[in-house]
Amino acid sequence: MSPRRLLAAIALALLAWLLWPPQAAPEHPPDAAPTAAQIERGAYLARAGHCAGCHTARGQAPYAGGRGIATPFGTVYASNLTPEPDTGLGRWREPDFWRALHEGRSRDGHLLSPAFPTGNFSHIARDDARDLWAYLRSLQAVHRPNTPHSLPWPLGTQAALKLWRAAFFWPAPDTAQAPAPGTAGRGAYLVQGLGHCDACHAPRTMLGSVGSLATVHSGQAMPAEPWLAPSLASPLGDGQALGPAPQLHRFLKTGLSDQHAALGPMADVVAGSTQYLRDDDLQAMVAHLLTLNPQAAAAPTATAAPMPAAQLAEGERLYKQHCADCHGAQGQGAPGIYPPLRGSHVVQMPSPANLIRIITTGGFAPGTAGNPRPYGMPAFDLPHTELATLSTWLRQSWGHHATPVTEVDVLIRR
Amino acid sequence: MPQALASPGPARWGRLLAATVIACLLALAHASARAGDKPPAPVAVPDTLAQRLQPCLACHGAQGRASAQGYVPRIAGKPAGYLLHQLLNFRDGRRRHATMSHFLANQGDAYLAEMAAHFAGMDAPYPSPPAPPDNAATALARGALLAQQGDAGRQLPACQSCHGAALTGRQPAVPGLLGLPRDYLIAQLGAWQTGSRQALAPDCMATIARSLAPQDISAVALWLASQPVPTHPQAVAANDGLATLPWPAGLPCGSQPRSP
Repeated sequence: MSPRRLLAAIALALLAWLLWPPQAAPEHPPDAAPTAAQIERGAYLARAGHCAGCHTARGQAPYAGGRGIATPFGTVYASNLTPEPDTGLGRWREPDFWRALHEGRSRDGHLLSPAFPTGNFSHIARDDARDLWAYLRSLQAVHRPNTPHSLPWPLGTQAALKLWRAAFFWPAPDTAQAPAPGTAGRGAYLVQGLGHCDACHAPRTMLGSVGSLATVHSGQAMPAEPWLAPSLASPLGDGQALGPAPQLHRFLKTGLSDQHAALGPMADVVAGSTQYLRDDDLQAMVAHLLTLNPQAAAAPTATAAPMPAAQLAEGERLYKQHCADCHGAQGQGAPGIYPPLRGSHVVQMPSPANLIRIITTGGFAPGTAGNPRPYGMPAFDLPHTELATLSTWLRQSWGHHATPVTEVDVLIRR
Repeated sequence: MPQALASPGPARWGRLLAATVIACLLALAHASARAGDKPPAPVAVPDTLAQRLQPCLACHGAQGRASAQGYVPRIAGKPAGYLLHQLLNFRDGRRRHATMSHFLANQGDAYLAEMAAHFAGMDAPYPSPPAPPDNAATALARGALLAQQGDAGRQLPACQSCHGAALTGRQPAVPGLLGLPRDYLIAQLGAWQTGSRQALAPDCMATIARSLAPQDISAVALWLASQPVPTHPQAVAANDGLATLPWPAGLPCGSQPRSP
């Protein structure tokens, strides 16, 4: 065979592979009736995976889908998971559901959008998948046709997904049983699998593939939202950006710790997912998360030019006027109510995006069983210059050495 | 000296007291000497709803009454049932306002009910309403007619028939219409027309709003915004036959249980 013919044959084979139609799963026998205990475990696992976070639209029927998930490539609409035969999963059987979780394939064989975090859910063990399926089948059936994704051609095509998956997705090993509560590996299983923490907290490439949670980075931009998901491995200040363990545990359980309040997308995660997790599972997750940050004692790296004296005085004036009543004259805050700003990770993050966002939009920590009546922070509608001066002052007071914030920084983030 | 310890005499009491005082003073002095390298004490935060709800006050005013000039509605003294419905509507997407939805997204029903009761219980004095423009006499007359008598030909009930003769609202869930900025009133009626504001079905206010012509909306909003607020603008009781006209026939409201 001449080289030209060989090349043509390879191109043809590639084209055939790309355009080969999806293969529907064989018909499976009906599922066994789920037990009450399975349904209960499944409900818990659905919380751990925060399935409703995407699959329930605001104010609409639980798990009936329809919520638009903004991505840098377009909007992907979560599907109806209720057991309705025509628009939901009513005709699915347990092996279909397992294949969707493990391989990211729908019952009719088509590849699911990577907005559905298959790279994470592929780690889910068969026994957990069975319990999740039992729970989904127990839901009230809701007739709601799925909304088509809004992705520019060719991003939504099966051929594009095939290529993407060839580069970035490999199914995890097929495991029969999840690590039992309290055993080694439980924390990693929850964080990497159902918890899919890396979907926001790990860096993503331009093609949308997810890196490692253990990567130190300056914050991963949330698609279509002006928030940055902080690196969970960042050493910062005293190295306690995440911990210590009991504080991180409390943060995930109640939405508040002595250092932090959950705001923005993380408030949704605490309210819809982590607050419902058992203490033993939270302990395991926290222990795993804290292993991501091996250089806990590293010093802050940012070296900032000090603020001019006039700006310094103006920053202090603004702080006293707007912030000091709640966060304290020394930035000490009221731990567990108003987070301290002295030593705060959010204040000193390499990017000021979250700081600007919080000042301008305020908000309440999520209402949780452990903190059902949160204190709130007003939204401060300050002029750009004042916001830049105040942010810079916060980032350079109390021993902070973060970079200054310019008016342009403020403008592009409001 | 076990005996002495068991029952010290008067002199020993005195010495014991002096020793205790000195020890306390020393401990204090030591503590204050160390205070320099200690972090400052946490801010003392009052455990009150007013403190928890600081974000609301930034727009709705410390007394929950906002200002008649801008857009933000007063919430002080509105029926708790009405306020709770609005909080739920914002949280669950039946009513749209980015800041309100952002604040309420992750709050539970019980806390929302507390918020509603808190603002419903306020009784704020009201400043005089803004004077309507000089050339608005025709619109004012049209607005007054719609608010007080409605338009039977177009099956439009008077505002008073549900919102109370004094237009201060009706328990448990019909809001007062006075002390609200004109822009806010226009925006709400418009939002009902387009469906971006909804109440629990059957949505009586949507039915009414859709029957209003644009000039009706402008007129009734102008008239309502120019009326003075009574000293105590509290909502009347649900069955206060004296203060309210009979509920319009054939107009069921999902948010307000049918009153006699």
